[in-house]
Amino acid sequence: MLLHHDFDRWAAETPDAIALVSGDERVTYAELSRRGARIGALLQGQGVARGDRVAVLLENRIEFVAGLVGILRIGAVFMPINPSTKDDKLAYMLNDARASALLTEDTLSFVWGVALAQSPTVKSVVVTGDAAAPAGVTAAVLPWPAADLGSIAPPTLIDQDLAAIIYTSGSTGFPKGVMLTHLNMVSACRSVSTYLGYRRDDVIYCALPLSFDYGLYQVLMSFRLGACVVLRANFSFPVKELEIMSTRQATVFPGVPTMFSMLMALKNLDKFDLSRLRMMTNTAAALSEDHIHKLRALFPQATLFSMYGLTECKRVTYLPPEQLDIRPTSVGRGMPNEEVWLVDDAGNRLPNGSTGELVIRGSNVMRGYWEKPEETAKRLKPGPIPGEMILYSGDLFRTDDEGWLYFVARRDDIIKSRGEKVSPREVENAIHSLEGVYEVAVIGVPDDVLGQAIKAFVVTLPGVRFTEREVIRHCLTRLESFMAPKYVEFVAELPKTGTGKIKKTGLA
Amino acid sequence: MTDYKTPLRKFIQDNFQMGSGAAAFSDADSFMTRRIIDSTGFLELVMFLEETWAVTVADDEMVPENLDSLEALQGYLTRKRGA
Repeated sequence: MLLHHDFDRWAAETPDAIALVSGDERVTYAELSRRGARIGALLQGQGVARGDRVAVLLENRIEFVAGLVGILRIGAVFMPINPSTKDDKLAYMLNDARASALLTEDTLSFVWGVALAQSPTVKSVVVTGDAAAPAGVTAAVLPWPAADLGSIAPPTLIDQDLAAIIYTSGSTGFPKGVMLTHLNMVSACRSVSTYLGYRRDDVIYCALPLSFDYGLYQVLMSFRLGACVVLRANFSFPVKELEIMSTRQATVFPGVPTMFSMLMALKNLDKFDLSRLRMMTNTAAALSEDHIHKLRALFPQATLFSMYGLTECKRVTYLPPEQLDIRPTSVGRGMPNEEVWLVDDAGNRLPNGSTGELVIRGSNVMRGYWEKPEETAKRLKPGPIPGEMILYSGDLFRTDDEGWLYFVARRDDIIKSRGEKVSPREVENAIHSLEGVYEVAVIGVPDDVLGQAIKAFVVTLPGVRFTEREVIRHCLTRLESFMAPKYVEFVAELPKTGTGKIKKTGLA
Repeated sequence: MTDYKTPLRKFIQDNFQMGSGAAAFSDADSFMTRRIIDSTGFLELVMFLEETWAVTVADDEMVPENLDSLEALQGYLTRKRGA
């Protein structure tokens, strides 16, 4: 069973069912299948073969999903990249994965045009819109295919082959590529859609970026059931999004706490007919107890799922909605066909009522980080059966007497802002590149809307002065916007440990 | 007619300009499409409008038709405050 098999089956069995809605465009399963075949054939014609990495730098739009279908069908490895990624980081990921092709859009040429000049492995770029090659790009720049290009030569492929590499922030400041096989993703897709109870008649409203794994899984889970996804590029204008949810009769709304906070700030929610909405799911960061209560009062027609996950295995736990009143702050338990437990520092399994690191065992656990054996060894360690590997989450949890899990803390210093992982090191590196900065320390501070906001403490060289805004703007030109600090404090010096390392524990 | 575009352009240039390629943008360019402002940025933009021109941006006025380009903002503020 490969990741695209369910989609292919629906394209054959219910060709006229609507698979995607984007803006005014409604695309059937058959049409999406054709568009996927075109992009697959084009890539194959460019020499992209089984196991080759194909990066996708696109907004939430139909081409993203057609690209996904095409890439999987030719046995290549799908590599989604957040469209707000800046050129340096894009070049880093393309080089790290040695990507052979890139699917992207003309409005982002100011990013990929620069990145490709430093990424010699990329031989072909397929562009929606105007396919003019920016200066310095030697790869073949091709327009998005508008007509059929013949059939795909089906590759030999089994479920142990990689389906995707998804980059995630690491504490070293360099992103790591999470390797996921077809089996990993099919397993996660099946487990999550089973406990959520997705149905074929569901209309899934998706404003989560498809480059973010839970966004991507909305499409994958919908394709498992033959359902429909309404794609939205972002959640910048919540009133607009409510209108769309209402007119499209959305039944499922997957979100992150920032989106729910934006909705709760609105005064006239009752103007919108959301009677069809039957389920909301929250991931990426926990909702506060207060927000859970408010959200349930605002949307009494919908059940609410609190969940916790990691890109390394997609989903770890979920809280069944009927447990929300009993233990609102719990992230729940392991999902179907997955086992989770807590361990002490020596790796011993802990009984209920303990605090320890959460470990995960299941077919959904990644194969490792792409070409990073040391990082992989820190996270994947031998499991109970000889030869098997289990995932160490790096997060501390406690269990209550019945085994329900509660998040305690991260073991590294990764910040979660707007539901995205932010490596403080990456932000510090960006600020350091500002001439006149002597030292910098970045931490997360609590924030009602963002979960955590990013705060930078900056020491400048004598005679150098910056404004807070100058530092933030500098970061915006180098980092994805969710990584830019919200606050910058200028200080005379930073606290140090005995060995002269910056000590962050006292900062706030 | 009051010119809102000049101070707004300056505000946006001073505060956002997220992509290096977005350095020059026309009055009609969509901030979203050109990746000049993202969702948190729009909240900051609204705060700026409210503080600078003493307007209150109602929830249902927070739509791209009012806020997503200099021209849209000019039209919105002109309607809101009277020409």
